[in-house]
Amino acid sequence: MNALLTLIVSRANYWMTIALMMVGLYAMIARKNLVKKIIGMNILQTAVILFFISIGAKKDATIPIVRHGAGIHNHAVQAADYINPLPHVLMLTAIVVAVSTLGVALALAIRIFQQYQTLEEDEILAQLQDKAPGKE
Amino acid sequence: MKTPAILIVFVFGSLLVLSTLDFPPWGDPAAPASVHVSPHYIEQAMAETSVPNIVTAVLADYRGYDTLFETIVIFTAGVACLFLLRIFRRIEPESRMYRHIPTGITLRITKPVSPPLETAEFERIDLMWVPYDLVVKTACRLIVPFSQLFALYVIAHGHHSPGGGFQGGVILGASIILYAISNNMRASLVRFNEKLAVLLCGLGVLIYAGTGAAAILLGANYLDYGALSEILGADAIAARSFGILMVEIGVGITVMAVMVHLYYSLASAGRHDEGL
Repeated sequence: MNALLTLIVSRANYWMTIALMMVGLYAMIARKNLVKKIIGMNILQTAVILFFISIGAKKDATIPIVRHGAGIHNHAVQAADYINPLPHVLMLTAIVVAVSTLGVALALAIRIFQQYQTLEEDEILAQLQDKAPGKE
Repeated sequence: MKTPAILIVFVFGSLLVLSTLDFPPWGDPAAPASVHVSPHYIEQAMAETSVPNIVTAVLADYRGYDTLFETIVIFTAGVACLFLLRIFRRIEPESRMYRHIPTGITLRITKPVSPPLETAEFERIDLMWVPYDLVVKTACRLIVPFSQLFALYVIAHGHHSPGGGFQGGVILGASIILYAISNNMRASLVRFNEKLAVLLCGLGVLIYAGTGAAAILLGANYLDYGALSEILGADAIAARSFGILMVEIGVGITVMAVMVHLYYSLASAGRHDEGL
């Protein structure tokens, strides 16, 4: 029982991000509305970001800013005292890039709506199939 | 469609959960991710770049190329949105809406009057009529300048506290978007027009790439800010800190301009006249 609890506590962060990722993936696969698909993509991106951030955590460590300022003397910096800065750097850029890609995705959705007057995937496909034989 | 989707998601999720059994425990200081390069960053960043915020030092110096190209990705997203949506042909709507400011009466003029009715008493408003709301307008008028000041603080103080170009740029962009939402897009376009937004998108990338190119001109590698010490009159380590600041300013300008431009394009579906 104790071993199981230890296992759950030590892996809970991964499982939560996986649950979130599956929510996003389900929305991308099962939903027919393009905006809902985009929302699903964003949930998936958020899951990846949370996963990276949780990798950087260290027990009993603080944020990756070296203690400095008046009255604090230069002491040797121990890597164990600060959490891993690398995932934070990667995700910092990833968040802003995610917003930009969201903007491009929404722009594409607007163009699709202007062309087909709908954002439902099956209706767009039906319109495409109606058009295809007429042209040939 | 739903049953196979649930099945795929469930199988994929179970495989991922199974794989986490081999992962290091949460918060383990000896996790593989924390023992490779990150100890060097944590222990040497202060000595090598004189930037206490290790995230900023890694972002702009150790991983300078990564951040440069991330900035270019954001710039590209802004340009892509421009080419996808922008309608250059200006279609004048058949009617215009004006608000008489002293009385709050809304007028609709169906035949375009020339010259357009723009006096101190009349204010042109959007066709999708948004009711005048004094509370929202006044509250946002108070919030906007302070959020802009805070954004500049976040950019400039990114060396010593959490912050930097990306975060500050987003806050700066959000303040302009807040202004556009609380008043209307036309009022926002007067103060921060589309041309300025697109120019600033490019200017930020230019500042970043130019800082890197200046290092080449001074005989060092691209983005090796230590070489800037000859211009700045500081020692090589302080010059790295200044180089990081310049790069962060460039990132902040690009992020701010792209956020505003994305908002303008998406909210007006590329017409850049009115929306939301």
